[in-house]
Amino acid sequence: MKTWDAIVIGGGHNGLVNACYLQRAGLDVLVVEKNDWVGGAATSRELTPGFLYSNCSYVCSLFRPEIMRDLELPRFGLQVIAYEGGAVLTRDGDYLGNYRDHDAHRREFARFSKRDAEVYDRYARDVTRQCRFIQPLLMRTAPDPASWKPRDLGELLYLGKKFADLTPEEMALTLRFWTMSISDFLDEYFETDVIKANFSISGIIGTALGPMSPGTAYVLLHHYMGEVDGSVGAWGYARGGMGAVTKALAASFQASGGTIRTGAEVEKVLVKRGKAKGVVLAGGDEIFGKLVVSNADVKRTFLKLVEEKELPDTFLRRVRNFKIRGSSGKVNIALDSMPEFPALPKDSPCLRGDLHFTDSVERMERAYDDWKAGRWSADPFLDVMIPTTLDPTMAAPGKHFMSCFVQYAPPKVEGRDWTDADRDAFAETVVSQIADYSPGFRDRIVHMEVRTPREIEAEVGLTEGNIFQGELTFDQLLFNRPVPGYAQYRSPLSGLYMCGSSTHPGGGVMGAPGRNAAAEILRDLARPDHHMSAAHDVI
Amino acid sequence: MTSFDRAKWDVVVIGGGHNGLVCAALLAKSGRRVLVLEADAEVGGSARTEEFFPGFRASTAHLLNRLHSEVVRALDLKRHGLELSRRPPTPNPSPQGGGGLGGAATTSLMEAARPESLSPLRGGVRSGGISGSTFAPSVALSKNGNPLTLHGAYGEALAGATPAEQSAWKDLRAQLLRYAAILKPFLSRRPPQLGGGSFGDMAALGQAALAVKRLGREDMRDFLRVLLMNVYDLLDEQLTDDRLKGLLAFDAVLGSHLGPRSPTSLLGLYYRLTGESGGAPGAQIVPKGGLGAVVAAIRTAAEHAGVAIRTGAPVAKIVVEKGRAVGVALANGEEIRAGTVVSAINPATTFLALVGAPLLDTGFVRKVKAIRMKGDVAKLNLALDGVPGFAGVEAADLRGRLVIAPSADHVESAFNPAKYGEFSPEPVMEIVLPSLTDPSLAPTGSCVLSANVQYAPYALKEGWETGKPKLLAAVMAQLEAHAPDIGKLVRHAELLTPADIEARYRMPGGHWHHGELQADQMLFSRPVSGWSGYDTPVEGLFLAGAGSHPGGGISGAPGLNAARRILAERRKA
Amino acid sequence: MMTVATTMAADDSRRAAQSHFRTLRLGTPFQPRLDALAKTGDWYNWAGYRAPHSLWGEELEYFAIRSQCALFDISPMTKYRIEGSDAEAFCNKVTLRDVTKLKPGRVHYTAWCDDEGFVLDDGTLFRLSATRFRLCSQERHLPWLLDSAIGFDVAVEEETESIAGLALQGPTAFACLRAAGFAGVEKLKVFDLAEFPHENGTVTISRTGFTGDLGYELFIGRDLALSLWDRLMEAGELHGIRAIGYTALNRARLEAGLIVANADFVTAEHAIRSNRTRMPDEIGLGFMIDPAKAHFNGRRAILEARARKKLRHVLVGLEIDGNVPAEHAIVYHRKNREVGLVSAAMWSPMAKRNIAIASLDLPYGDSVTDDLWVEIYAMCELKYERLMKRAKVVPRPFIKLDRRTASPPADF
Repeated sequence: MKTWDAIVIGGGHNGLVNACYLQRAGLDVLVVEKNDWVGGAATSRELTPGFLYSNCSYVCSLFRPEIMRDLELPRFGLQVIAYEGGAVLTRDGDYLGNYRDHDAHRREFARFSKRDAEVYDRYARDVTRQCRFIQPLLMRTAPDPASWKPRDLGELLYLGKKFADLTPEEMALTLRFWTMSISDFLDEYFETDVIKANFSISGIIGTALGPMSPGTAYVLLHHYMGEVDGSVGAWGYARGGMGAVTKALAASFQASGGTIRTGAEVEKVLVKRGKAKGVVLAGGDEIFGKLVVSNADVKRTFLKLVEEKELPDTFLRRVRNFKIRGSSGKVNIALDSMPEFPALPKDSPCLRGDLHFTDSVERMERAYDDWKAGRWSADPFLDVMIPTTLDPTMAAPGKHFMSCFVQYAPPKVEGRDWTDADRDAFAETVVSQIADYSPGFRDRIVHMEVRTPREIEAEVGLTEGNIFQGELTFDQLLFNRPVPGYAQYRSPLSGLYMCGSSTHPGGGVMGAPGRNAAAEILRDLARPDHHMSAAHDVI
Repeated sequence: MTSFDRAKWDVVVIGGGHNGLVCAALLAKSGRRVLVLEADAEVGGSARTEEFFPGFRASTAHLLNRLHSEVVRALDLKRHGLELSRRPPTPNPSPQGGGGLGGAATTSLMEAARPESLSPLRGGVRSGGISGSTFAPSVALSKNGNPLTLHGAYGEALAGATPAEQSAWKDLRAQLLRYAAILKPFLSRRPPQLGGGSFGDMAALGQAALAVKRLGREDMRDFLRVLLMNVYDLLDEQLTDDRLKGLLAFDAVLGSHLGPRSPTSLLGLYYRLTGESGGAPGAQIVPKGGLGAVVAAIRTAAEHAGVAIRTGAPVAKIVVEKGRAVGVALANGEEIRAGTVVSAINPATTFLALVGAPLLDTGFVRKVKAIRMKGDVAKLNLALDGVPGFAGVEAADLRGRLVIAPSADHVESAFNPAKYGEFSPEPVMEIVLPSLTDPSLAPTGSCVLSANVQYAPYALKEGWETGKPKLLAAVMAQLEAHAPDIGKLVRHAELLTPADIEARYRMPGGHWHHGELQADQMLFSRPVSGWSGYDTPVEGLFLAGAGSHPGGGISGAPGLNAARRILAERRKA
Repeated sequence: MMTVATTMAADDSRRAAQSHFRTLRLGTPFQPRLDALAKTGDWYNWAGYRAPHSLWGEELEYFAIRSQCALFDISPMTKYRIEGSDAEAFCNKVTLRDVTKLKPGRVHYTAWCDDEGFVLDDGTLFRLSATRFRLCSQERHLPWLLDSAIGFDVAVEEETESIAGLALQGPTAFACLRAAGFAGVEKLKVFDLAEFPHENGTVTISRTGFTGDLGYELFIGRDLALSLWDRLMEAGELHGIRAIGYTALNRARLEAGLIVANADFVTAEHAIRSNRTRMPDEIGLGFMIDPAKAHFNGRRAILEARARKKLRHVLVGLEIDGNVPAEHAIVYHRKNREVGLVSAAMWSPMAKRNIAIASLDLPYGDSVTDDLWVEIYAMCELKYERLMKRAKVVPRPFIKLDRRTASPPADF
């Protein structure tokens, strides 16, 4: 019976990135995926004829360009189109636009506050300084502060030196970013509520926190660290939907000789004498591998796929304590025509970007209060995009795909499981909020896909529907991610590795966890990794 | 004013709160001629004991749980009349649990607190502490007469919980105390300066790092994980009893604008546990004579050291000449010159009102204005005709601290409205009946109830004029739910909203800590980054109040650290 | 559930401003005249405005400055109106130089710093009356000025869009103004300002400029901008007046040894890399610092840096061998040790020398000034011609024209 050099559990983007790097290092790699398609939460599916949805993740920015280059993704069809702007529609019938052009951006803010319009530059400088500080850490393995190994000490020294190189003012700013709420942080710069609401968005997307929760300033950085072709902080659409990212990865993997098996759900990781030996599929098939890499989240991997007795208690305790509460849902809508937003001029570039309808920090925070009480938000925060305004491949001319990311949606409704009726009621909050700003919106709807945390967990396999495979709070970042002592992609079982977003540097379609895990595996195998680019310089 | 005056005072201290007095006393002890200026008729700030209704007295701060041992020692407070209240023999006296001081005592107390040996201890573990003084228990009240009590120093023994919960609490308590102990040395020193890297700073950080390493590998990892965590999740991981979780969650957030689910809220609990009484971390005392007696002892110590105190002397201005503070001007126009000016009042008041923004750099003014200091705690003083009964609480425990915080979720829900300038219909609070410990605070047979009510946002949207009666009604309803007859006993009720506290004690925002005590406003960021070391951009002007590191509470630590800084500066010069 | 509240209508002016996204680069109040003269059509973005690099030939435009007179549109410059009983004290706190010595009717060149003593910008401060100032600068500073105003009785208002500005520079500048009928303008000495009637309003004319030549700057409400332009162009016709773009002006300013924010130094609020910021002493503005005056922003840090010798850079004028401009060339000591960078360079037609402004790492340019070299990479038909040329530290300005300060000004 064949023994693979490596078996990757899960064909999400990180699993595929990992598999690609291992395969390119000369290993014989198998990816097993439970669905009949690969992609995990980066997929494009046609659920109604003529419309392609980005079913889960919907925008691209964080995906590391080093990985795109190493794995030749453009050759396999990946193209990212930066989008043009965005807007927060306000209750008074106006809107606050975001424009790519700096002067337009300033003039737009000046409509609300001349002061805020100019403060923006200082704000942007401070955020940029922090991103430059943190970005180089994305493609490095976090050190274990409890270790005396030269490599860990060296890495700690590197972090210490990086911090020591900052000016005292920058250090203070760094500490603020790590500990403040985005709302308090923005209060130090801006005076206009809608402008603060506009910037709060990046502080809460994907989190189980509200804009007034400490720690959300860091989450904002997490969303600002990406780029579209060198334009740092820019976001774009993957042409063909987010599935295009994983399609390109799968094609790259297969072109280098890798094997993908879909419709193959892993039930258990085979463990013998503390060593991973392969996987058992749902049907009972056993597949053997010299090593196993799990793209599943840390809870799924160690509480479902591995027998409890194989794992040390401390580790299990920490895995159980890992916070992975889902907080978001997704409503994908096929439209037979472009929706109208009377507030926005018809020629506004903001329509070719992200639209929002929560015009105050308080509304966003109140949406979070609902989540804490175990309810979906009555007045949710929506991140709405119509990628078909820039991407002709997802729907016929004149037809549109609208992606609505919805926050907050709890993993359980007041302690019980979601029902179909809950799901429909949840979707109704979304449609009705949009319809408030877009007359005739309901009539344009051809088809709708609604994903609550229940659907996200069931299909993609993300525990509790958490899109980051674990919350992005300080206790779960860097050397604490996913759990202290195992933040270097290895696990207590020899031969079993982690490569999902549960690991450093966390969620978003970034690919860094998959790549970093591959680097650690190759290091353990003493294989060269010169096909792996170093992180791009931050100059 | 005149050269004679200049020669007269080396130091003028603005504000006769406990920190101002501590700082003044230490400076005077080292030979400085020190004058303390207090705006009110009496020193002590919010720790002073005042009559709020004929025959009834209370202090706004009502518990002693963090008076720093170095302050007690340096000022020799015991010699100056600090009498930490001892509990008179209880009707059902119980054996002294353990004794002595320090780690060994804690261990033996923990032994005594084992479930099997608990029942005889109901009514309170008697801790060693200072010459056998008694620590006040904390009672988590419950509506159905089933309270839970933390005895001894912050729950050395836990009464009213299941054995499993007691054992879980024992572990958690030990863990929290271990971790708090690592942070504790920072209380009594100047915060390490960012980018400064002095030898002392490096040594302090090195020692902390070593202490972390000494925890052992796994404990160290847990320490680093939970450091900036929220208290809610940590409690959820380790405990199951809602009452206990509610109490701990309440303690973590009391006095701050955070809910238990807010990341970093665990720091509030650490802050509490870095405090100590009688050498026992986390222990609290209801002092005889109220907090005012503590202030009196500090005042006596200060005067003994030669400090001159002028009350009723509000400072209107800090006089600055060529970038240097040279004295103060009083509201009545009188100018008092001194080589060093120490401000033990709020930093924002100090800089924006007394120095004035024109004399300060703009970036600094921005930072000062950005200090978050909107208080969330209201103070309730009730004059009662008798001692109220709280459902299920033993008489002895009434001398402790009674907390209404039925669950961590409840505390969080109470926090929600505060974010939007509203208060919860079901506020959470801690209650003390100080007249039980010190009968002089109320006429015979009567009783004083002193409660801190969280969350009462300073900037109430509807305004306090209409909001205050509504809050009082909500508070009384909560009280009556736990002490059914209390309504009938009330002779007088005084509710101080944060706005009232601001006006009465000249504390902007009515904030006890003179600035939110949250991670981004601690240590090197307190009161503002770049100026966390008690000195200020104005040469000769120093800060010594709770707005500086380590923060508020009746600790004296800011005053202690400031005095040391001033003395060190002088040595250098 | 939330519904769209139609009652809370956004105010009309805010809504009317929505359409700005259709015009990314604004025209200045003089745009119709510039458009008519823009034969090269060579525009650039100056603070959000469409401004000409050149209008009809950048070299010839330069000679218009030095030989006749040139009209340059400075409307995009950021302008603040500062007014109130504490206006003087406010300006004195914000800026480096002693504003109490600036009399009404006078202008001075100054700079301002953040708390760390790093330069936020340089600019000109016009004292229009005892209680009214105008501050002109390259960058925007409204938040900084507003926050600095805390505790002062002063109002700060940005007036960039409502005030049009023109620089009239060159030997015949005075003749033009006189011909245009601005009676009494001959009384203006360098850095004087006065108000003159124009149509039904007034124009503020100051004897200031950015060329090191005889010249004036004129500020007027935007409604009267075009008629002022026409008045000058008509009157100046016989005096050789020509409209010019920025490239020509930039040459003139370099000859005059003047620095430009975010060209010769990085302003503190825009520096992403914190080590790019500069103190006044490090960019040749140390002369502005007056330790004896009342508190000014950055005072503590600036004096401390001086006392503790923490200054790390110096800005110098260089004279470089040969005639190849050394723009952005690296400066070396003994041809091998990298000691700085040239920020602006040109062959000076007036001085007949190859001049440059450079920022050097101390002690180079200060106590060590010999054996300095610049490495010039001259791109010639897709090949770098690499030259290592000797550089000599020289005082600025590179040219000194008596007509700039002559009083009364020469009339020809």
